[in-house]
Amino acid sequence: MARMKFICDAERCIECNGCVTACKAEHDVPWGVNRRRVVTLNDGVPGERSVSVACMHCSDAPCMAVCPVDCFYRTEEGVVLHDKDVCIGCGYCSYACPFGAPQFPSSGTFGLRGKMDKCTFCAGGPEANGSQSEFEKYGRNRLSEGKLPACAEMCATKALLGGDGDIVADIFRNRVLIRGKGSEVWGWGTAYGKPAQGGASPQPKQESKKS
Amino acid sequence: MTRVSIIVGLAVMLCACTESPQTATARRADDKPWDNASTAYMASGYKAADKAAWEQQMKNRNQGQNEYARAAAK
Repeated sequence: MARMKFICDAERCIECNGCVTACKAEHDVPWGVNRRRVVTLNDGVPGERSVSVACMHCSDAPCMAVCPVDCFYRTEEGVVLHDKDVCIGCGYCSYACPFGAPQFPSSGTFGLRGKMDKCTFCAGGPEANGSQSEFEKYGRNRLSEGKLPACAEMCATKALLGGDGDIVADIFRNRVLIRGKGSEVWGWGTAYGKPAQGGASPQPKQESKKS
Repeated sequence: MTRVSIIVGLAVMLCACTESPQTATARRADDKPWDNASTAYMASGYKAADKAAWEQQMKNRNQGQNEYARAAAK
């Protein structure tokens, strides 16, 4: 049985936020909730890197370990999901998650913190597959439609790969072997010049002095 | 002034009446991804409620992300 995983290739991600938009649109995610986001390091400096981050569907998920009401479960495909009817919105999972995946929408009359929301690997929740109640609580269930997550399938540069961990790891490994490293990487020499020809090399950001 | 205070007070007290009821439930079991009635959103060529077809569909979709394999196929 497949173990579903995401891999983001930082050499390919161009920070277009297509994955974020695809996720938002596919699942009707409310304002203030970001199941997926793009993080950029050394923004604006030659050699900046971006990576798309969401729930990584950990094999030994810390959110599952700390949940006081045991609302999390892992499917046979390795997708970490939760039951919103059981979640009490305490936020322990948010502290435990190293990726900042759990999100909390404002809900109810007083705008209190609502039940936790996170990436479902487009696999919905415990409601019947493809039902309206499942869509309202968790968004689309693309896995049951024979599709992979919208973010990965929409990625224009195929930086974000999603699917069977063994297969996406093989795709990534093959890619790294073919493209090489440093200035051998596709586009690097074109964009920044080869180091041998006086091209830019990544520099750490200069922090401005505080007065 | 008193009337306004009463109206505001009632509004504050009654606004909680719009809260949806919350009842404690145990976590439910989830369906298998291939346990699904056929809908208009099914991937083309995928037959619902068939485990083997679902697994084959996943393999195809996974390899669809490998542009080296797609380029070689042409």
